Amino acid sequence: MKAATPILDIIGLRKSFGANEILKGIDLAVRAQETVFIIGPSGSGKSTLLRCCNRLEMPDSGTVRVDGVDLGHATTDINAMRRRIGMVFQSFNLYPHMKAIDNITLALRRVSKKSRTEAERIALAALEQVGLAEKSNAYPAELSGGQQQRVAIARALALEPKVMLFDEPTSALDPELVGSVLAVMSDMRRAGMTMVVVSHEMRFARDAADRVVFMDHGVIVEQGTPSEVFGQARHQRTRAFVSQLER
Amino acid sequence: MERFIDTFFKPSVIASTWPKILDGMLVTVELALAVVISGLAVGLLLALIRTAQIRLVNAVIIVLVDVLRAVPPLVMVLIVYFGLPNVGLTLPSFAVLWLVLAAVLAAFGEEIFWAGILSVRRGQWDAARSTGLTFIDTLAFVVLPQTIRMVLPPLVNRTIAISKNTALGTVIGVPELLNQATTAVSFISNATPLSLAAIGYLIIFLPVVLLGSWLERRFAFRKA
Repeated sequence: MKAATPILDIIGLRKSFGANEILKGIDLAVRAQETVFIIGPSGSGKSTLLRCCNRLEMPDSGTVRVDGVDLGHATTDINAMRRRIGMVFQSFNLYPHMKAIDNITLALRRVSKKSRTEAERIALAALEQVGLAEKSNAYPAELSGGQQQRVAIARALALEPKVMLFDEPTSALDPELVGSVLAVMSDMRRAGMTMVVVSHEMRFARDAADRVVFMDHGVIVEQGTPSEVFGQARHQRTRAFVSQLER
Repeated sequence: MERFIDTFFKPSVIASTWPKILDGMLVTVELALAVVISGLAVGLLLALIRTAQIRLVNAVIIVLVDVLRAVPPLVMVLIVYFGLPNVGLTLPSFAVLWLVLAAVLAAFGEEIFWAGILSVRRGQWDAARSTGLTFIDTLAFVVLPQTIRMVLPPLVNRTIAISKNTALGTVIGVPELLNQATTAVSFISNATPLSLAAIGYLIIFLPVVLLGSWLERRFAFRKA
């Protein structure tokens, strides 16, 4: 059974860049242990929505609550909250001057204030989880794209987030490397992680998503189970987009 | 050949002037160290202040830096040394040269550090901030280490170029290497002290040049 109270609660979210309104009032509630896929054409606001969920982007109005805490409230310690909101990027964004393990221990030591030994123990466990324990001393440049992305996932996981945000995690990968990253995400889902995934991996979404949200021009057009959205979408825009994906 | 040696490497002149040359080398090294340390520190500090994106502060830094980069150091040395006493501020010549060269190095250093900071991809900031690192921690642990590696070659070149301007001490009477040499030349009408000075500059700066290229190789890393 999934808990009823949302871990991530987005209410009336609006965001403009200059005169360009990217998000036009988004409402979305993600329950604990739920995996929500967000799909939509480029420029529809998916990435901006994710980036508002940990305040990498400051919304113009609306509320984002994570685990009941309003991120925009004046008394909220945003850095403490960000530990609870893992984020994985399209371009991995590992720190190129640090070994894999140091990529992970940095926030553990500076934000979670763990000792070096404790941080390294946690980091190794996280690397183990993504199947890369033996690469702990490798620099990012020595890893394949898939391995880099898994280290990036471990970096977020090590902080024990309540929710993980994935911003097109496999778009920059060669096709043969996509599977290893998706496998790690499946493991996380099975372990009960709450996940919001911006991705166009349709087959994966069918298997892994509890809910699929279709966004276009800054609004949520419709949402439902994968079979509803992919198979019998109510809106023409959704059907058009899904059929494009299938091609 | 004999005439060449007599002009540039006359043994008797070498014997009589080398202690002065050595004194000059010491002053040049002291001056260069002071300029490098303070100039680079201030340059980095200005670049860091600029990351805070305070419009007025940044405008002041940009104007200051552009002026310092545009005016020849010799002009500034002369203005400060001969001008300031007229407003009641007399500084020793060593201090004048140090201040001017440090300011010039700070200006160039700021531009180089700033360009380096800008060249670190935004994704690095995003990743660091998304794990809860503060702005300062992100700068210190993620952005600056990458910046330093990237800016090392231009920074070393610029630092050497400006350190060599310590020779401007000659025009305001700082007893540095070139000044000692030209003073000796004026007494004995022989170019040997200048040759010694050139060798002295080689001894001081060649290791720095080599150190620079070693650092470049040492800190080079492939981009992920």
